Amino acid sequence: MNRYLSIFALTARNSLIREMNFKLNFLLWMVVELLWFAGQLAFIEVLYGQVNEIAGWSKWQLVALVGVHQIIAQLFQAFFYLNIANLPELVRTGRLDLMLTLPMDAQFAVSTRQVSFDCIVNSFVGVGIVVFALAKLHIVPSITQLALFACAVPLGIAVHYAVMFGLSCISFWIIRAQSFIHGYFNLFHIGRYPEAVFRGVFRIIFTWLVPVILVSNVPAKILAHPFSSPWAGLAMLFTATLAVLAATRALWLFALRRYGSASS
Amino acid sequence: MNAALAKYAKVFAVGAQNTFVYRWNFVLRSVVGIVPLVGTIFLWRAIFDSGGGTLSGYTFSGLIMYFAMTVFVENLVTPTEDEWQIAGEIRDGKMSFLLLKPLNYIAYRFTLYASYRLLYTAVLLPGVALIFFFLRDHISLPVHAATWLWFGVSTALAAVIQFFIAYTIAMLAFWILEISTIVFIVFSIEYFLSGHAFPLDMLPPWLAGFVKWSPFPYELYFPVQVFTERIGGTALAQGIAIQACWAFAMWMLGVTLWRVGIRRYQAVGN
Repeated sequence: MNRYLSIFALTARNSLIREMNFKLNFLLWMVVELLWFAGQLAFIEVLYGQVNEIAGWSKWQLVALVGVHQIIAQLFQAFFYLNIANLPELVRTGRLDLMLTLPMDAQFAVSTRQVSFDCIVNSFVGVGIVVFALAKLHIVPSITQLALFACAVPLGIAVHYAVMFGLSCISFWIIRAQSFIHGYFNLFHIGRYPEAVFRGVFRIIFTWLVPVILVSNVPAKILAHPFSSPWAGLAMLFTATLAVLAATRALWLFALRRYGSASS
Repeated sequence: MNAALAKYAKVFAVGAQNTFVYRWNFVLRSVVGIVPLVGTIFLWRAIFDSGGGTLSGYTFSGLIMYFAMTVFVENLVTPTEDEWQIAGEIRDGKMSFLLLKPLNYIAYRFTLYASYRLLYTAVLLPGVALIFFFLRDHISLPVHAATWLWFGVSTALAAVIQFFIAYTIAMLAFWILEISTIVFIVFSIEYFLSGHAFPLDMLPPWLAGFVKWSPFPYELYFPVQVFTERIGGTALAQGIAIQACWAFAMWMLGVTLWRVGIRRYQAVGN
């Protein structure tokens, strides 16, 4: 465990040095994310120009939800997104060989090759928005709420990780499976909506099979929504996270057996 | 003339074959592409539940029709790979190989774009048909026959605008190494101002009046409005005129940047 931590610390340090070499790019990526986020807030403004509440969510509650989604998604992107996005290239070119021969778990090696610090900065923007929305709602969260929130966020990051990593394993079967990145974004697109709007089979699939609906809704509800018992939501999120992580691990091990090690 | 046509017909065929290699990519992409559409429908269902019969002149069915058409037109005209490929050809020096051929680069690229889009749409057609079938209670076809013609014209113009915006951005690769940030900046603006996220007539009037003169609504929103016959008469004629102006302007910008940029081209790696 300690060894993995120190390996990760080295990776993070190298990434920081590399990013500081491309300062303009670093700033431009932040502009991209800020624009994107501003667009989402404008979207909420348009929606609440039409109605006063959506599935029991007021405007500032929804803003808090989008802010929470931003925090989780950006932290996920900071640590894992680029690494997973590169997996198909590793498989296609056969450079995955190197990862497999390293004296550590190959999934860990593939998943933690670099850290994007601009995304960490962007997650603070999400924190700012959540704080602002809570102020508008006149909510001062208790220590318990904050503690539960702090538990829910890593679970959410884990779900993002498991879903995208699982999708990326398709590259063992389909060469140049770049479309899985769209798959990831398309799936989490619905994570920014209040869970109550979803119904039927769709709701069951995206709560239990691919738990993207829970990811931001559970922590956002803990903070910003009257929630009879946060434990039920957290327990659901916890169970779903474990399930999807286990499924991804199994898929990875299964996919590795198909790995043909191209060009070596 | 015939020889030129045959040449570009060959380019078209090569583009189509290239696209077909990635057919599983398409299938995967279209399957997960349905998720946001379904999510959007659920969201608006909830909004209509608390808002009543019509919002900004849209009934629930009208809005579903809007989003279904958006998906269709977007698949038909939005470039997916073109800007990355063009920028890659500039950056890696692959352009040299094409410059030596008796091809007009812009015509070559536009032909590839057209073949990608048409084949992509053809592959996705069963899926799109299925979506329309599921939503059939909400789907309404145009009443006037002329609408089909205007829809065709505005979709073609939208394709020209979309292609040349992508092409213009790709041209920046002559000056800067990494264009992905710029691609995503433009993409995030397009996402909201082209009508992908919500119909633009829901914008506050002062903003809608401003956005109307930008190229973005004419990439997607305008053809959909034409098809759903929410726009007609002088507004239609004015819209087509603005759209044609933007198509011409983006074309000229793309050509100009190409002419200036190619002088800076260093044929890296050759």
